[in-house]
Amino acid sequence: MVGDGEIAIVASCPSIFSVVGSASLKFGDKAGDFHNKNAKMIHFVLLISRQGKVRLTKWYSPYSQKERSKVIRELSGVILARGPKFCNFVEWGGYKVVYKRYASLYFCMCIDHDDNELEKLEIIHHFVEIMDRYFGSVCELDLIFNFHKAYYILDEILIAGELQESSKKTVARLITAQDSLVETAQEQASSISTIIAQATK
Amino acid sequence: MEQLKTIGRELAMGSQGGWGQSKEFLDLVKSIGEARSKAEEDRIVMNEIETLKRRITEPDITKRKMKEYIIRLVYVEMLGHDASFGYIHAVKMTHDDSLLLKRTGYLAVTLFLNEDHDLIILIVNTIQKDLKSDNYLVVSAALTAVCKLINEETIPAVLPQVVELLGHPKEAVRKKAIMALHRFYQRAPSSVAHLLSNFRKRLCDNDPGVMGATLCPLFDLIAADADSYKDLVISFVNILKQVAECRLPKSYDYHQMPAPFIQIRLLKILALLGNGDKQASEHMFTVLGDIFKRCDPSSNIGNAVLYECICCVSSIHSSPKLLESAAEVTSRFLKSDSHNLKYMGIDALGRLIKINPETAEEHQLAVIDCLEDPDDTLKRKTFELLYKMTKPSNVEVIVDRMIDYMISINDNHYKTEIASRCVELAEQFAPSNQWFIQTMNKVFEHAGDLVNVKVAHNLMRLIAEGFGEDDEAADSQLRSSAVESYLRIIGEPKLPSLFLQVICWVLGEYGTADGKFSASYVTGKLCDVAEAHPSDDIVKAYAVTAIMKISAFEIEVGRKVELLPECQSLIDELSASHSTDLQQRAYELQTVLSLDARAVASIMPSDASCEDIEVHKSLPFLDGYVQEALVKGAQPYIPQNEQSGMANISNFRSQAHHVPSTHGLRFEAYELPQPPVASRIQPVPLTASKELVPVSETTYPQENVRAASVPSVSETGPFELKLQLDGVQKKWGRPTYSPTAPSTSNSSSQKAVNGVSQLVQGTVVSQTRNMPYDSRKPQVEVSSEKQKLAASLFGGSSSKREKRLTSTSHRTSRVQTHAVEKSQMPTATVASTEHAAEKAPQPPPLDLLDLGEPTPGDTIPPLDPFKQLEGLLGPSDVSSVASSAVSVSKSSDIISQYAENPMSAVGGTVANMAPASFDYINLLSGLPNLANRDIHGGSAATHVAPVKKGPNPQDSLERDALARQVGVTPSSTSPNLFSDLLG
Repeated sequence: MVGDGEIAIVASCPSIFSVVGSASLKFGDKAGDFHNKNAKMIHFVLLISRQGKVRLTKWYSPYSQKERSKVIRELSGVILARGPKFCNFVEWGGYKVVYKRYASLYFCMCIDHDDNELEKLEIIHHFVEIMDRYFGSVCELDLIFNFHKAYYILDEILIAGELQESSKKTVARLITAQDSLVETAQEQASSISTIIAQATK
Repeated sequence: MEQLKTIGRELAMGSQGGWGQSKEFLDLVKSIGEARSKAEEDRIVMNEIETLKRRITEPDITKRKMKEYIIRLVYVEMLGHDASFGYIHAVKMTHDDSLLLKRTGYLAVTLFLNEDHDLIILIVNTIQKDLKSDNYLVVSAALTAVCKLINEETIPAVLPQVVELLGHPKEAVRKKAIMALHRFYQRAPSSVAHLLSNFRKRLCDNDPGVMGATLCPLFDLIAADADSYKDLVISFVNILKQVAECRLPKSYDYHQMPAPFIQIRLLKILALLGNGDKQASEHMFTVLGDIFKRCDPSSNIGNAVLYECICCVSSIHSSPKLLESAAEVTSRFLKSDSHNLKYMGIDALGRLIKINPETAEEHQLAVIDCLEDPDDTLKRKTFELLYKMTKPSNVEVIVDRMIDYMISINDNHYKTEIASRCVELAEQFAPSNQWFIQTMNKVFEHAGDLVNVKVAHNLMRLIAEGFGEDDEAADSQLRSSAVESYLRIIGEPKLPSLFLQVICWVLGEYGTADGKFSASYVTGKLCDVAEAHPSDDIVKAYAVTAIMKISAFEIEVGRKVELLPECQSLIDELSASHSTDLQQRAYELQTVLSLDARAVASIMPSDASCEDIEVHKSLPFLDGYVQEALVKGAQPYIPQNEQSGMANISNFRSQAHHVPSTHGLRFEAYELPQPPVASRIQPVPLTASKELVPVSETTYPQENVRAASVPSVSETGPFELKLQLDGVQKKWGRPTYSPTAPSTSNSSSQKAVNGVSQLVQGTVVSQTRNMPYDSRKPQVEVSSEKQKLAASLFGGSSSKREKRLTSTSHRTSRVQTHAVEKSQMPTATVASTEHAAEKAPQPPPLDLLDLGEPTPGDTIPPLDPFKQLEGLLGPSDVSSVASSAVSVSKSSDIISQYAENPMSAVGGTVANMAPASFDYINLLSGLPNLANRDIHGGSAATHVAPVKKGPNPQDSLERDALARQVGVTPSSTSPNLFSDLLG
């Protein structure tokens, strides 16, 4: 019975567990060229700690919650077990996962089989550098408590599974613009509320 | 010590006001961090979900509170739990006017919802509004959401606005608009087909970021149709030249490389455009040579660009000079100490040998090192390379290695892949029949249930038809060696079902063909198989059919068939089987046994598996029977399409397919209702509705309005009137039979099977310790065995001559390689113990702030941003912080550092947080065990997921169809026909 359940899970997750060709065969009508073999994209970004705890997940291809847990479970098993001198790439179910360890955090990216791994490794580094600049020497705790900030930064770097901006300065400028706007909004709100408070006194 | 650092970090967080999060949330995050097990974590999260469920529905929640709840929902969902009860609140938050809340709302919905979620329709309106906002930040947020959420159905709703935003004054907006259009193109190419020129235009954007983003959609477009973009070759080359010459703003530099990410994208595009186009390629030569020279080989990003250059050079029309540079870089990669570069080198080599096979010879030893590396990833990549460079002279060594590796791994996905590669190589390059059969046996024995069914049928066909040459002697030799080896291994336990099927089929067809084995001997073996697999109906069916064939062949040559007692009992058992298929086969076997030689020869001709079966579509042999029936007064048959009412139905059906395409969602406002007069005039031109004009005019005026407004469905009138009939027909009507259907459905279902079998995969459990381990130290002394292996893999002209010799030479070469492996065993064990020793004194688990890599001197990039982290506690000696041996004086230093921290700002919470975070660290460092347990859990789960070969009806149907293709006996689908023939 357990076996049956497992198969059902496997069969229902076309995007990651099947080779690209058959996925496009099966889902060709629904998603158009989404899975065509030429489209090179990042399928997901995953941050896990050395203990296998999830710190950040961003999915650019559709995965159900069940598939997500499965992916995380399997990948952390594979990646955390690898030796320090091994390559930063893992072939995994027809896809490739590029990972890099920073302190106790593993940054992982799932990419297509024929993409440039070294480049993706540098995209990870690019992301980390930007976070470092933003948080001021970033550490895992920053990500634990401010994961939503990390999401905002990631959204400025990657969009729809592609690198959208390679200039650190531009990204930093956008993020600050958003933050400052948010702050002014907050100030306004508080000043208005004090005015109201005073008026109603 | 490490704990203190964490406290410091937390204090700093506290002083920042925790980014506006409440203590409650911080506590949640902390308690999850402290959780000792997954179960505990789950319990905490479940509690949190309950709390949120309650709180989020309370009336009068402040927006600020709500925002925090949403972020907590994101957190819960991130940890793998279901937060769907709160999705609607996230959707509501996107409607808010304040950007702060709106942004949170958008973030949450993009994380929560996949593109096909029902709630998306509720966001479309907000997105539409936000795309028109004056504030570019609002527009950016909306565009980010567009990229994730807008699906094929909703593209038309936002498309016009997104296109408009291509001209937005802010480059950040233009860039996102481009990416959104790119996403639309991926989702539904037709929806943006008329807008493709926009991408070309944006290529000339002033902002390099926008230009860089435009390369993404252009890459896709060029990959789909390179010819219509050939005119852009010169532009791309120019851009690349400018980028390489550092003409872009400094802010695009990355580790002293000018805009490397843009360079890589351009190189990818050029590779597509120059593929098989000499003229286009010639434009690129200069700039490519330039990049080879300029790239910094010491940085990772420089190597990434160089690798992309190699890909480009190997794709475009070849230039000897560039190939030389590419080979140079490749050899540098292969010689590097970094595993990453070796990996890239192996990949690059795989590309270069396609153009010039000689390239590989120089790197023989490097490749063999990679093959024996303990790193699985590298090993697999190397197998990929070997697969590409297999030729008749080295096939034996390569396939042997592949099979050895295949046996050693647990990853089903990769096992399947490598098994099918082995089969492919063996079929293509097999030096002798014997070797081929042996190899196939090994593959099937170890991966039989994983390989595609098709592979098995291919093997049967190959044995039946031979290797294509018209050499009957060789073919029959192949068959008899197959039969011989199968009879030898048939008794082994635990053979995969698929392999047994092949064995049974071959024994049935050719078991007695060369007269070496008696019919009763083979039959006995087959009975044993059927007995040994009582639960496998398919194997039993194959076995019975094989017995039937052998008996039939015996009868044909006039020998008397004495049924063995075990065979008789098998027949008795199967005649009472639950499976009708098995029953059918058992009865057929009994019938065949009672027939005379002539009848048997006509139903079971010997060695007829290769003959094509002709299908008489018009069933002419039934003509007499039909005639007789007609004479007796039966109704003549009316072809289906001429039967009354049918013609209309098919029309309706095609219409029914047509109509939904015009349905879909409408995003523009409804047209103003037209005055009734107009509707009365409109229907007149509708010719199809003429017959029901009176009815439709009086009772269905609104329908007519619709018909008029959507002229393409002008026939909706009659369609709706007869709708009932259509439904009835679909449900009760005679299923249409078309004789060509089986073959087409056959092929597609095969593909499905293909997909299914490839769906299954598992975790890579590193088995690397078992592998012979050869250190990657510089080759001071290259063992002679290794050189021999190299010679057998890469063997140049000498070994090519060798392959012309008889198969004995092959066998000796195999013996040699075995010797190689054996002689390596001692060194392997030594090396692995060394390896273990190396691992043992590893420092205890690092804490959050410890950035030292466990082993020094690996791939830390020169500019590690985290280096500065260690300075958090003051610039005191970094190395002493990393090593846990810290002197007392230093720790007191650091404590005093804390004292200087703005403690007063945090106030009382400090006291609360300090002990908790102590625990936090302790617990975290205790967790590696948990992680290990997780790993075991993962691999255990995959053990439970083998491909199921059960009696899935569709499966068996397909198998049946396939079986018939390769000439296996009739089956349960045509029982009547069979008995009719027998009279």
